[in-house]
Amino acid sequence: MTTQELNGAGVIVRALTDLGVEIVFGYPGGAVLPLYDALFAQSKIKHILVRHEQAAVHAAEGYARSTGKPGVVLVTSGPGATNAVTGITDAMMDSIPLVVLTGQVPTHLIGTDAFQECDTVGITRHCSKHNYLVKDIAKLGDTIHEAFYVATSGRPGPVVVDLPKDIQVAKARYVRPGAPSHKTYKPQVKGDLAAIEAAVEMLAAAERPILYTGGGIINSGPGASVLLRELQRLTGAPVTSTLMGLGCFPATSPAFLGMLGMHGTYEANMAMHGADLMLCLGARFDDRVTGRLDAFSPGSRKIHVDIDRSSINKTVRVDLGIVGDVGHVLEDMIKVWKARGHRAGNLRPWWAKIDHWRQRDSLGFAQTGSEILPQYAIRRLWEATHARNPIITTEVGQHQMWAAQHFGFEDPNKWLTSGGLGTMGYGLPAAIGAQLGNPGALVIDIAGEASIQMNIQELGTASQYRLPVKVFILNNEYMGMVRQWQELNHGGRYSESYSEALPDFVKLAEAYGWTGLRIETADQLDDGIAAMLAADGPVMVDCRVAKLANCFPMIPSGAAHTDMVLHGDETVGEKDEDAAALV
Amino acid sequence: MRPALSSPHTLSILVDNEAGVLARIVGLFAGRGYNIESLTVADVSDDHLVSRITVVTSGPPAVIEQIMAQLDRLVPVHRVRDLTALGPHVEREMALVKVAGVGDKRVEALRLADIFRARPVDTTTRSFVFEVSGSTEKVDSFIALMREVGLVEVARTGVVAIARGPEAV
Ligand SMILES: Cc1ncc(C[n+]2csc(CCOP(=O)(O)OP(=O)(O)O)c2C)c(N)n1
Ligand SMILES: [Mg+2]
Repeated sequence: MTTQELNGAGVIVRALTDLGVEIVFGYPGGAVLPLYDALFAQSKIKHILVRHEQAAVHAAEGYARSTGKPGVVLVTSGPGATNAVTGITDAMMDSIPLVVLTGQVPTHLIGTDAFQECDTVGITRHCSKHNYLVKDIAKLGDTIHEAFYVATSGRPGPVVVDLPKDIQVAKARYVRPGAPSHKTYKPQVKGDLAAIEAAVEMLAAAERPILYTGGGIINSGPGASVLLRELQRLTGAPVTSTLMGLGCFPATSPAFLGMLGMHGTYEANMAMHGADLMLCLGARFDDRVTGRLDAFSPGSRKIHVDIDRSSINKTVRVDLGIVGDVGHVLEDMIKVWKARGHRAGNLRPWWAKIDHWRQRDSLGFAQTGSEILPQYAIRRLWEATHARNPIITTEVGQHQMWAAQHFGFEDPNKWLTSGGLGTMGYGLPAAIGAQLGNPGALVIDIAGEASIQMNIQELGTASQYRLPVKVFILNNEYMGMVRQWQELNHGGRYSESYSEALPDFVKLAEAYGWTGLRIETADQLDDGIAAMLAADGPVMVDCRVAKLANCFPMIPSGAAHTDMVLHGDETVGEKDEDAAALV
Repeated sequence: MRPALSSPHTLSILVDNEAGVLARIVGLFAGRGYNIESLTVADVSDDHLVSRITVVTSGPPAVIEQIMAQLDRLVPVHRVRDLTALGPHVEREMALVKVAGVGDKRVEALRLADIFRARPVDTTTRSFVFEVSGSTEKVDSFIALMREVGLVEVARTGVVAIARGPEAV
């Protein structure tokens, strides 16, 4: 234990250093100047200056998701804090561990509508996992440590610490606290053994099992992905994954059915529907996954493993809930399976069915002519890069779904996307954060021409820190996902979904010191990708793709898994009121 | 599937007595669309570190289970118990009921108050303030009767509740 006389800002920096923080994403302002002064005086923590506070949070998310370490953000009061709210909400929805430090007006001015005052703890109360307003200098150091503990343990999430300016300048002592614990917050890590034994018996007895995996496996750490692979080997069961879980099971494995849900594969959704046993591992039965609830996997017994008790039985009633860290539960399941001498059952009839569904080739596409199909572009990008095990980020829209469908992931922590909140503008800052956390890695943001403009200012951040991130824009000149819904549900009335007045992305890239490239025809694609990969620094590629392509397969919102639309010609032009009301 | 029947549940929530904790609880109910029929909160430990919040809510069993799980994952929540599901417990509410009137009405108000064991805690020549406590139903019926003899206004505490027997929740 060490004690030392410092000011509050010094205490914060000492605490961050003790917590192993190497990078802080931030933007200065009046209410955090003492903290910036403390950062100036040291060299252990590197500060990354973004161009907008929302991007600081997404960059911290990208850093966290790709490294497994918590992301740290530092912003000023008022507009600094409100700009961060979208990112905080995004991290909340996707269970990303973050600590967001916000400046606040001095305590004696709180509540007076002081300059750049906003009620940060009030605003972030329901979009953060927890938040603090530090009013007592004696509690400052412990609060910072506690914030990291809460953010990273249990179901991870963003924690906000609001720091009035007088607290930052007050004299304080810093005592490094002992092992982290909390008097009321005690997440359950180990699953109940009797329940785990019951789960193993159910799995062993199943004739048509399916492993439905999600982002929880990635949050649990790389060990959980290894254990998942082992459980699959032991049971022979097929594996599907949510958008957030991609990479926890290798895409090239014959046991992998691809992503499930609204834009999932035919085989994944049909197998979910036809299964007699569903083992849900760290996923949460989101509406994008289940479709119409009363038609969701009607014949299966369901087991749900989740670290968050409130996820169990929230939307889908399950037969067996196991609260615990999915990595620990997998480990125990494997132990019990082996101890009881179970062997993989005869799943041949089940696999025969699955193979039959697979033959529909639901992700198939035919690239003919010179117009580039977006699916083809992603496939070629995968071909050219997968040997380098790249980190892929995305924006939100059709390109995101095409990337999820056509870019195969072999390992966890390589796929960073905004799943729960669906935040356009996530991908570029997330790529910046991922590149900082993985300096040697190839990091590519697969973007849409509309989304990329939502945090385009971050091109400057990448230039400043010489980060060789690549932005690969699938430019269809439309907010494609919006246009697709308008085509399918609103009679093809493309209200405000055309990307008018686009910038010249090549010139824009060059204006920021990036390399800009344009790919216009299919025969330019491979060379263009090669040129992108050959360039040293950051590169932005404006890849012109088919303007009106739709993303299939698709389960229309609120429909059953069996009502999947495989191709555009099966769709109708207007929806009834109920269907039109769904998102 | 027939929707499961909705019924009232009394939840007892022990929380850290820190700034904003009530807002977290109330905001959770508002944000997720659960209803609050009654809510009380007060510091209940001698070191002022713990408060007990009693919430009466209603919903089918699955919704109540979800409410409990959601409450339980809030960081400053120590414990959540569904007193209704746990079985025997005592629920009480207190109301201050102001009645104004003269003559027969005034006599009748006093007589009814006596039957309900409501105590007059303030009197003028034209009014009473009664203090009545008991179950929600009892307080409801007292107020309904007072309406007929000159009810002016009511202030109610909302339900407080505690499990029977020697153990703490
Ligand atoms: C911040 C934000 N605003 C609005 C939306 C709604 N939205 C979802 S996809 C989309 C269009 C995205 O267009 P683009 O980036 O070009 O991707 P495409 O679908 O064309 O691949 C919109 C507007 C959103 N997800 N996020
Ligand atoms: Mg587009």
